[in-house]
Amino acid sequence: MSMIENVSRRGFLKGVVSTGAFVLSVKVLPQAAWGAVDTESTGTSQAFNRAVLHPDLFLAVDTDGTAYIIAHRSEMGTTSRTSLPLIVADELDADWKRVKIEQAIGDERYGSQDTDGSHSVREFFESMRVAGATGRLMLVRAAAQQWGVPESECSTDLHAVVHNKSNRRADYGQLVTGASKLAVPKKEELQLKQPSQWRYIGKGMPSYDIAAICTGKAEYGMDTKLEGMLYASIEHPPVLGGKVKSYDDKAPLQVRGVRHVIPIDPFTPPHEYQPLGGVAVLADNTWAAFQGRKKLNVSWDNGPNASYTSDEYRKQLQQTARQPGKVAREIGNVDTEFGKGGKVVEAEYYAPHLSHAPMEPPVALADYRDGQVFVWASTQNPQQVQTSISKAVGVPKEKVICRVPLLGGGFGRKSKPDYAVEAAVLSKKTGRPVKVVWKREDDIQFDYFHSVAAMYMKAALGENGRPTAWLQRSVFPPIASTFVAGATYGGPGDLGQGFSDIPFDLPNLRVENGPAQNHVRIGWFRSVANIYHAFGVQSFANELAHAANQDSVEYLLALIGPDRVLPKERAMPNYGAAYEKYPFDTARLRRVTEIAAEKAGWGKRKLGKGYGMGIAAHRSFLTYVATVVAAEVTSDGDVRIHEVNTAVDAGTVVNPDTLRSQFEGAAVFGTSLAMFSEITAKDGVIEQTNFHQYLVSRMNQAPRRTNIHIVESSAPPAGVGEPGVPPFAPALCNAIFAATGKRIRELPISKTNLSA
Amino acid sequence: MIRLKVNGADRTYDGDPDMPLLWYLRDELGLTGTKYGCGMGLCGACTVHVNGKAVRSCSTSMSTASGKNVTTIEAIATRGLHPVQSAWIETNVPQCGYCQSGQIMQAVALLNGNKKPTDGDIDEIMSGNICRCGTYQRIRAAIKAAAKETA
Ligand code: FES
Ligand code: FES
Repeated sequence: MSMIENVSRRGFLKGVVSTGAFVLSVKVLPQAAWGAVDTESTGTSQAFNRAVLHPDLFLAVDTDGTAYIIAHRSEMGTTSRTSLPLIVADELDADWKRVKIEQAIGDERYGSQDTDGSHSVREFFESMRVAGATGRLMLVRAAAQQWGVPESECSTDLHAVVHNKSNRRADYGQLVTGASKLAVPKKEELQLKQPSQWRYIGKGMPSYDIAAICTGKAEYGMDTKLEGMLYASIEHPPVLGGKVKSYDDKAPLQVRGVRHVIPIDPFTPPHEYQPLGGVAVLADNTWAAFQGRKKLNVSWDNGPNASYTSDEYRKQLQQTARQPGKVAREIGNVDTEFGKGGKVVEAEYYAPHLSHAPMEPPVALADYRDGQVFVWASTQNPQQVQTSISKAVGVPKEKVICRVPLLGGGFGRKSKPDYAVEAAVLSKKTGRPVKVVWKREDDIQFDYFHSVAAMYMKAALGENGRPTAWLQRSVFPPIASTFVAGATYGGPGDLGQGFSDIPFDLPNLRVENGPAQNHVRIGWFRSVANIYHAFGVQSFANELAHAANQDSVEYLLALIGPDRVLPKERAMPNYGAAYEKYPFDTARLRRVTEIAAEKAGWGKRKLGKGYGMGIAAHRSFLTYVATVVAAEVTSDGDVRIHEVNTAVDAGTVVNPDTLRSQFEGAAVFGTSLAMFSEITAKDGVIEQTNFHQYLVSRMNQAPRRTNIHIVESSAPPAGVGEPGVPPFAPALCNAIFAATGKRIRELPISKTNLSA
Repeated sequence: MIRLKVNGADRTYDGDPDMPLLWYLRDELGLTGTKYGCGMGLCGACTVHVNGKAVRSCSTSMSTASGKNVTTIEAIATRGLHPVQSAWIETNVPQCGYCQSGQIMQAVALLNGNKKPTDGDIDEIMSGNICRCGTYQRIRAAIKAAAKETA
């Protein structure tokens, strides 16, 4: 839903474009949702002047022809900030070299700015195209009027309107005055480009910020600065829900540069995005704040979550998974089939908590003054920053002005703005701008962790070795526990991530979910529940192939079964997308499976001793992916990942090199969580603190070679940031089985002794 | 009073001599291209050159840096782009980019000491630098491209 207005004469974008520029406002929400904005008042503070103050602006062309396009979603490495404006530029027929991108502030009139769930392009592809095409038509119209020729005889050619008959040509810059006086054309009048006419869509562009990044000039959340600001470091309760009993408020002040020691209130359940509580040390520089913190000597009242110890919790989860649970999907009757006494295979799988560990830890700078809060946050969700700060410091949401610098990674962590709230609370208390910097130790220990999960799988095999019945259960403390204290069951959204939407051709199927209580904060993490669900389902599929003595790829293809669209009720909630537009089409899953196998040389390559290949195929975020991993296990039990071949069908792809890069990265991210990453708790305290304990893949451990094969498709665009992750771990585990005969039923793989 | 050279300019510092060079560069000099990632010498995000050698600035105290010559990402190119930076752009290496200053500083040091590094050499020198986004394959390709360029 979008509405476009010509706002050229309202003085918007002052300080960015000159008077007389052509400015289009594109609103993505229905009119009723817009409120009045106090735009002038946002222009006061330093460094705000250059930024965009009008949240409904998507597009402006200045008199010198420079096209300004607003990026309204956060940039954390997936090129949202480049790829969305690129779509506008394509339909505008603009010269990318003359495009400038302005980052939006948080404002609900943009529609969703929550940059997660791999849906930036999916959700805004059409609005961006319409915005660009509207601008183009108005420039054409302005030219036609100026030249007194019919509009239909004019066309555009890279930042210019041309009239071939009279051999006339005008740069966009020369047409803005005319265009700025025109009424906005109706949507029916627009002519969107045919895919064959696209200049940028499908070809892509490197990140707008690449040169700034490579020269150290790019500004990340960590790099923001205000005159007179203090740096804060916070000692959080080691156990979730813990409270401060006492602390030394004098000793930290002895440290040179330390200015304040301030307690932060503990949260009221549910914790949502509230600060965890604890004690903050504020200083003139980051180092002094860190040093002061060491002198706090806090004693804590840990509360009930101090009972949380991962080893015991794991046993509970596994027990629960062995019991009948809540039914999430049922086809036929698995019990009848299991009662028949044929061949039955059972297996249990387990995957631990994970920490996002983006390279830049959580960081935010806030300046509370005169009833407003200016905040620069490394955030995936600036509107949530507004809402959460508004609640915490008692100012209206629209008085929280959130700017979004570049993010040094996010992976879902930075959708949760507790650290930005901390900065606002401390700024209010001190009357100074405050930058809250989380140490790596804070980041790893106080994350919204990826959920630990236990799964139980059971299948009966028929004459031909194919399953006649399939039962699967998963048990995990749900993300819902962050919002509803005591929530223990997964919802359709969790289970619809690779579990209840299992696409296999099964006459009898039951999918169940059991309850699990959270004891740490649980949050979404790149590809979310798909990680453990794909691990369970794709490992088990491979176990069955071996039990049936059949080739893994052929068996997987047989499970996927004949080409068909799954009934809607089987695939819902389908990542919130309309089923008619994004049906679950098993032909696309089959195709990526075949391509990955073929490109990997499945069954054709001679593999030496200790070598094996494994496959997994999984649809997530509406994208179909299959991965083949070729790995070697040495006699010492070391795993070497030699080659990864991933086939991807993500529908229409705007920026192919972004897709490749995201999927290469997913293989590395997948290596980390498959091979060594693990978060555990003892007595409620997280045991890992930094990268010597929470291991992530380094260059010498990453796949030696990752090849990405993009399936050409004209289907609507789907996700790219997350879908590469889920199939990686099971494909690697299946390769290890092929190499050694050892089945991995627990992640990370480092827990299993693989030496010969 | 500690004296040192940063990116060619003479500097003096009279704060806590234990403060790591990283925070001096970032908070005092505003040279924010050098990043904080772990503070323990585990990730390489903070890599700078001290007297031409790649070091972790998070684990180098101001007293150690005293009298030394420090170069950061902001000044690694004498003019325009350093060939390693060009190779990084050409290969489209960065995702979020946060680790890349450190990766580039490490790669420049590698190539300064080894004009034609093998895969093994690259692995050995670069494995101290974490990239959570997983750009290792492109980093390796960019280093090889830069090696060709400077050969
Ligand atoms: S910040 Fe220095 S090595 Fe990580
Ligand atoms: S590019 Fe994001 S951490 Fe390396």
